[in-house]
Amino acid sequence: MKRTIVLAAAFALASAHAGDFSQLQRGKYLVQAGDCQSCHTDKNGPPFAGGRAIPTPFGTIYSRNITPDPATGIGGWSDEDFYRAMHEGISRDGSHLYPAFPYPWYTRLTRDDVRAIKSYLDTLEPVRQEIPPNKLHWPMSWRSLVSVWNSLFFKEGEWQPDTSKSAEWNRGGYLVEGPGHCGACHSPKNLLGGVKKGDAFEGGEGENWLAPDLTGRTLGGLSEWSVDEIAQFLLTGANDRTRANGPMAEVVELSTSHMTESDAKAMATYLKDLPNGASVAAKKTADTAQDTARGRALYLDNNCTACHMEDGAGQPGIFPRLKGSAIVQQADPATAIHLVLSGSRAAATDANPNRFAMPPFGGKLSDDDVAALLTYVRSAWGNRGGAVSASDVRSVRKQVIASK
Amino acid sequence: MPTFSRRSFLIASATASATACSRIPNTLPPEYPEQTRNDAPLFLDASERRFIDAACARIIPKDELGPGALEAGVPDFIDRQLAGPFGQAGTWYMQGPWSKGSEEQGYQLKFTPAQLYRHAIHNIDDYCNTQFKKTFASLSPDEQDRVLTGLEKGEIELPDVPSKTFFKMLLQNVTEGFFADPMYGGNRDFIGWKLIGFPGPRYNYVAEIEQYGKPYPLPPVSLKLGRAKA
Amino acid sequence: MATKLKSVDAVLVGFGWTAAIIGQELTEAGLQVVALERGPFRDTVPDFSPTQIQDELRYAVRKATFEEPDRETLTFRNDASQTALPMRQLGSFLPGVGVGGAGVHWNGQNWRFMPTDFKMRSHCEQRYGKKFLPDDMTIQDWPLTYDDLEPYYDKWEYLCGISGKAGNLNGTIQDGGNPFEGARKREFPLPPLKRCASTAKFDEAAKSLGLHPFPCPAGNASLPYTNPLGVKMGQCTYCGYCEWFGCANYSKASPQTTILPVLLRKDNFSYKTNATVTRINLDSTGKKATGVTYVDAQGREFEQPADLVVLCAYSLHNVHLLLTSKIGKPYDPVSGEGVVGKNYAYQMSAYVDVFFDEIVNPFMGAGALGQVVDDFNGDNFDHGPHGFIGGGYICMWQTGGRPILQHYLPTGTPKWGGGFKKALKENYLRASSMQIHGGVMSFRQNHLDLDPTYRDIFGNPLLRLTFDFQKNDLDMEKFVTERAVEIAKAVKGNRGYNVRPREGHYGIVEYQTTHNTGGAIIGDSPSNSVINKYCQSWDVPNLFVMGASAYPQNPGYNPTGTVGALTYWAADAIRSRYLKNPGALA
Repeated sequence: MKRTIVLAAAFALASAHAGDFSQLQRGKYLVQAGDCQSCHTDKNGPPFAGGRAIPTPFGTIYSRNITPDPATGIGGWSDEDFYRAMHEGISRDGSHLYPAFPYPWYTRLTRDDVRAIKSYLDTLEPVRQEIPPNKLHWPMSWRSLVSVWNSLFFKEGEWQPDTSKSAEWNRGGYLVEGPGHCGACHSPKNLLGGVKKGDAFEGGEGENWLAPDLTGRTLGGLSEWSVDEIAQFLLTGANDRTRANGPMAEVVELSTSHMTESDAKAMATYLKDLPNGASVAAKKTADTAQDTARGRALYLDNNCTACHMEDGAGQPGIFPRLKGSAIVQQADPATAIHLVLSGSRAAATDANPNRFAMPPFGGKLSDDDVAALLTYVRSAWGNRGGAVSASDVRSVRKQVIASK
Repeated sequence: MPTFSRRSFLIASATASATACSRIPNTLPPEYPEQTRNDAPLFLDASERRFIDAACARIIPKDELGPGALEAGVPDFIDRQLAGPFGQAGTWYMQGPWSKGSEEQGYQLKFTPAQLYRHAIHNIDDYCNTQFKKTFASLSPDEQDRVLTGLEKGEIELPDVPSKTFFKMLLQNVTEGFFADPMYGGNRDFIGWKLIGFPGPRYNYVAEIEQYGKPYPLPPVSLKLGRAKA
Repeated sequence: MATKLKSVDAVLVGFGWTAAIIGQELTEAGLQVVALERGPFRDTVPDFSPTQIQDELRYAVRKATFEEPDRETLTFRNDASQTALPMRQLGSFLPGVGVGGAGVHWNGQNWRFMPTDFKMRSHCEQRYGKKFLPDDMTIQDWPLTYDDLEPYYDKWEYLCGISGKAGNLNGTIQDGGNPFEGARKREFPLPPLKRCASTAKFDEAAKSLGLHPFPCPAGNASLPYTNPLGVKMGQCTYCGYCEWFGCANYSKASPQTTILPVLLRKDNFSYKTNATVTRINLDSTGKKATGVTYVDAQGREFEQPADLVVLCAYSLHNVHLLLTSKIGKPYDPVSGEGVVGKNYAYQMSAYVDVFFDEIVNPFMGAGALGQVVDDFNGDNFDHGPHGFIGGGYICMWQTGGRPILQHYLPTGTPKWGGGFKKALKENYLRASSMQIHGGVMSFRQNHLDLDPTYRDIFGNPLLRLTFDFQKNDLDMEKFVTERAVEIAKAVKGNRGYNVRPREGHYGIVEYQTTHNTGGAIIGDSPSNSVINKYCQSWDVPNLFVMGASAYPQNPGYNPTGTVGALTYWAADAIRSRYLKNPGALA
């Protein structure tokens, strides 16, 4: 009991972090940690004023205006209203919020932290912006159905520290499971969008990206990364192995690069301690085995070697290492395919201002080419990822074109 | 910045597709179509094309060393170039007034390359008809070489255009067509690059550059067409 | 009627190397800075992607990388007896356009001038006597010394990650470097590039003659590098598509790869593209710049007021703008009066091609991959017996083997036909070329002014270039070319060599170098120069002029390294002195 109190106190102190945070500063910090701005800001729109179209298999949801505008934002909401939304997924008028808003994760936040978030949001410029109505397919347009979803998949409740672990681990756990909501992307989901039981953090697919497996699994997980490397990645968007690309680049730029060093290290400590995922066999390919000689020729001919070098070693801190890369070896090759087809821009932070970019190769390489190329890369230099088929590539390419 | 949509909260179910995989259409601008052979004439009319074919065959001939400019598709290359921005003197300063100028002052003709070719070819065929009772394309190879030499040295005077200027541009364009990336229509099947041993646009020779005297082992590759035979 | 915009602290005309440096320095000092670039934005991806950039026809032959003469060009004549005619296509030189300017497409050959280069007139007169210099040679001393610039050369080299080997460290000559260079305080930030077959053979041959070869200092990173701004560069992979192409893997020093990642994140910096500055505006006294006028892509005019105007538009365009804005007294070669347009100079460029027994794989190259001897540059040898001053370096380059333009054939090879084809096959893999890269002195008759007849798309008179090679430089180049032939003969396993000398008149058709210098030269008095030692206009103290337009004459080195250093030197003066007390600094 005493240890719980000590831990709770330490962890609460950690919440009111680094000495002299006023509530507003803490609120701002947590808003960055929660990456609220990303979903609640439309492309080129005013920050936090909502209106961003979020596609789901059930249709499109438009994010809310969370500026303190009384008419169109949350200007009239009390602290209690706001807490209920964050903690239970219930809006001010009593209706259910769709779990596209990650309340199943934000529920872990302490009441005090939620209050701090609200106090910061209250300082924002109120923006009058009507949000378009959601375009959800029947019957998902019935909000009341969300209560069924909640009963199956939602476990309400603030973060409970684990007394057997360190204060640092608990702080990291709070951030990862709470505001960070990392598992929202990095966990596989079932057909109804709930996290697959027991598979948390083992990689999640969204549209045409794969948020990689973060567990300690030896193939594709974070097993080879040190705590420092994970922390450096979160803070700067890069380490000697790779750089944050795709959707994670935005997460780094808007969210994790603004965390303190000790918080980043705490998150890294927690992530490094995730239970090892069950070993998943590489996806079987639909087509016959690819010829890696052809893949190697493509690797050389298409100037992958300009950056990733002939031996796949990349250039540390600059161009990602393909040899031994977790992303390259993920069981699901969607991210690797997406990168080859569309290219990507890496995160740019103050510590790492270069916005290194990879160009798209989709205009140059056929589905067969990409499949052969990635099959080679996933098996070269000691890599142990499985083969990639042309149909794998085709389906990602379809999504990529559709999303443009 | 590539736009990406916020993740859906469902796994995207990958449905196997029965259709054969297809290449994304080539994204190059129209003057570089994916296939290297021209389907139809773009600029040169039939008689002009016959001249170009014949001239290419003499400027870089087919011989015991292998195929030449004609086989390498250089006439197609030239046809495309003349039909495109180069032919229209796209970025050249084409304001008057117009004066002949010295050699040091460079090209001062009012003609775009397309116009230059058109005038020159018709002038040359007229000259050949007068001298030999045949067009250039129908002359023997020796006769063709003599005419080309006469143009090169400016010894043959053409009514509309300076022959030296035309020959210089023709020779330049033939060389370009023989050695440009095959995606432009010439250097078909890497005939030009294979002649000299150039492996194409490759970006990493870090290991090979210190292996003095060692031939580079990989075959030529095109920027857009891979190692494919055109 | 121009739309007047909100005033800023500083407006930069152009957004290439000098604007990137000045922009970074002035924003660090807290100024609100706007850069106006007439071309488009460009970045490594997508514009220089490895999926498209190695396209010799498009970028090098059709010149997609460079400024388009139909929008901006100049007229040219060798001397006043001729009528200047438009340079209708690019040839002799290739000015840049777009963000990054020529910094995107340079080779990366990077030099410091020698201490004597800064005092060329006084040094030569002292050594050889006043009569040694022809009457019409108008060279001048710089109003600053090598020692003044040394810390700024260092700053530039560390910005760019220059790969090289020091030859003179604080007065001690180092093995493997240039023994003739001015003393430097510390080593290069990166070691030299790898040695390839042709540069290794040159090295051996030069040493056998008692010369002092060393690797050319290179703006191509030999290793991955993080510069003092925190910007990272990749390592060069010897792709052979350096000059005239953007770099695909962040390994060539350019504004994009060294400064812009930091500069473009700043709130107090902004830029506009497709914005062509047509005039620097002055107040009624004519002694103060009020800002600039520019035209956007739609042809609309805007006025950008600013407290400080910095001209970063490349040497030729700098001079053009000064003339069309009527700043400073235009130079008249007949009377010798006036300063704007005076002392235009260029570069001598001759070649000795060497044919080897074995293949040297010329297509493996880097922009500044070369082995150099400086023994015949500057005043590194006694000119007494020769009757000319100045010199040049001899360098065996291996910058690439791009087949359309970079194939070397022996003299006498037929230009077409079966013999041409055979020579191509036999020589392409087994040839490389030495460049004799000589200086050009300034002469009374070589100058820039405004053309009386031809106009640009804005209706402004074109810049007019009157320039020809003079005896001094032709004699010098001939002499150094002969020395290069000696080296060629000494190359082990050579099948012969080919001399392509620089003789006769200067012409604008054949590409030589984009080393246009002078026209707005630096000096110690308004009577002999356009800008003072801090690159500040004598006439308009809130106008600074960057770039090689400052050079009173052009020594035997590529200009960019000194442009970088001079820009940092001027930026320092602006930050530490001008901003505190605006007004004439000298």
